[in-house]
Amino acid sequence: MTAHPLIQVIGLRKAFGGHVVLDDVSLEVRPGEAVALLGANGAGKTTLLRILATLLRPSRGVARVAGYDCLRQAERVRAHMGLLAHGAWVYEDLTPFENLKFWATLGGLPHGRDALNGALAAVELDRVADERVRTLSLGMKRRLALARFVLARPPVLLLDEPFAGIDQRAGKWLDGHLGAFKAAGSAILMTTHSFGRGLGVADRIAILAAGRVAHDTPLGALTLDDVRRLYELHAEDGA
Amino acid sequence: MSYARRTWIVLWKDLLSERRSKEALNALFFFALLLLFLFQFALGDERERLTAALPGLLWLGFILSGLVGLGRAFLAEREHDCWEGLLLAPGDKSAIYLGKVAGNLLLMLLVEAILLVLFAVFFNIDLAAHPLRLTVVIGLGTIGFAAVGTLFAAMTAHVRARELLFPVLLLPVQVPVLLGAVKATEAVLLGEPLGAVGHWLGLLAAADAIYLTTGVLTFDAILEA
Repeated sequence: MTAHPLIQVIGLRKAFGGHVVLDDVSLEVRPGEAVALLGANGAGKTTLLRILATLLRPSRGVARVAGYDCLRQAERVRAHMGLLAHGAWVYEDLTPFENLKFWATLGGLPHGRDALNGALAAVELDRVADERVRTLSLGMKRRLALARFVLARPPVLLLDEPFAGIDQRAGKWLDGHLGAFKAAGSAILMTTHSFGRGLGVADRIAILAAGRVAHDTPLGALTLDDVRRLYELHAEDGA
Repeated sequence: MSYARRTWIVLWKDLLSERRSKEALNALFFFALLLLFLFQFALGDERERLTAALPGLLWLGFILSGLVGLGRAFLAEREHDCWEGLLLAPGDKSAIYLGKVAGNLLLMLLVEAILLVLFAVFFNIDLAAHPLRLTVVIGLGTIGFAAVGTLFAAMTAHVRARELLFPVLLLPVQVPVLLGAVKATEAVLLGEPLGAVGHWLGLLAAADAIYLTTGVLTFDAILEA
């Protein structure tokens, strides 16, 4: 793949006071590529995603999304990136349709009835479009978050533990949809603890340990056991 | 147009959520009722004492119930990382602030209307003698309170001791509004024309303008902090 990277991290460092969370991290994700970011708790995975999402400022180094600098061009980065964090950005007392209408209007996305219903249908939430979100499962709430991406079609997706807390069926569904985003040319960077499903959509794994990328390799012919061994070798030793 | 639409969608979302949950309204109603019981016990039936204290009591009720309501202004945003969603939304964030202020203002005005009726019933007072004048004074006072209250609610939304910090920060800043509102309300209840309290109304309008402008100019930075 020779296309310019949609996510580019060069020599990134982030320290909270004296505590260094990321140190000299470099990483690239190209269009149509998905990278799974593995690492023990506290390895800095979420911190890296939050810097790329412009929610945190790096202490040093460069982070670019779609060619825009996360520090100096935050507004442009935000317009080219979709973030799925631990929360799904949902208001419990609104329906999925109303939630989507709210975020679409606020984000300057298409917010006509047809566009919203189409996005809800794409994530298979059209049947519960008028139910209150508080009655939906976690997997459904994640799907509702993905409906925003269906509307926005961001070239970069940043996903923080997208498979956490969802069942097999919802995970399989998510795998399929992330594959579709990838096929459409989006670059995906996701943190995961789930070797099984999280890696289904990934082309590469990057293992973060002690604030550094300890291992960055294409998944290629690696088996699940190979990945687990690599993880144990790097992530757990570095933790 | 886009700015107005974004302000409207925040207001729409807040009103719809409140209409469904009625969390704030129920809490504020019972809180207001409790306050009135306390005032009734404290003042008894002595008419003169009541008349003298009424403007202050009225605004004490508005402020205390407002504090309870405003303290919850960003509760929904703290859940499910919605705060991040607001922060990452493109465009001028002051549209979000104005939407939130409008939502809080409507909720506070509704509670104040209920409180006025309860005051009239509990204390057997004719508050409807000068409805327009009273509405102007209460409206001006409440705009200032909602404007700065929404801003401080956002500032303290992620602070651990927010329940303590919020009133401690807010009340000193509210002094000009409280002063102007109580004095103007007192004059209106005594039947004086609005012209007689022009300086207090001017103070209220100036405070409203300053608080709203400060909110519009600083909300982006507060959201990012």
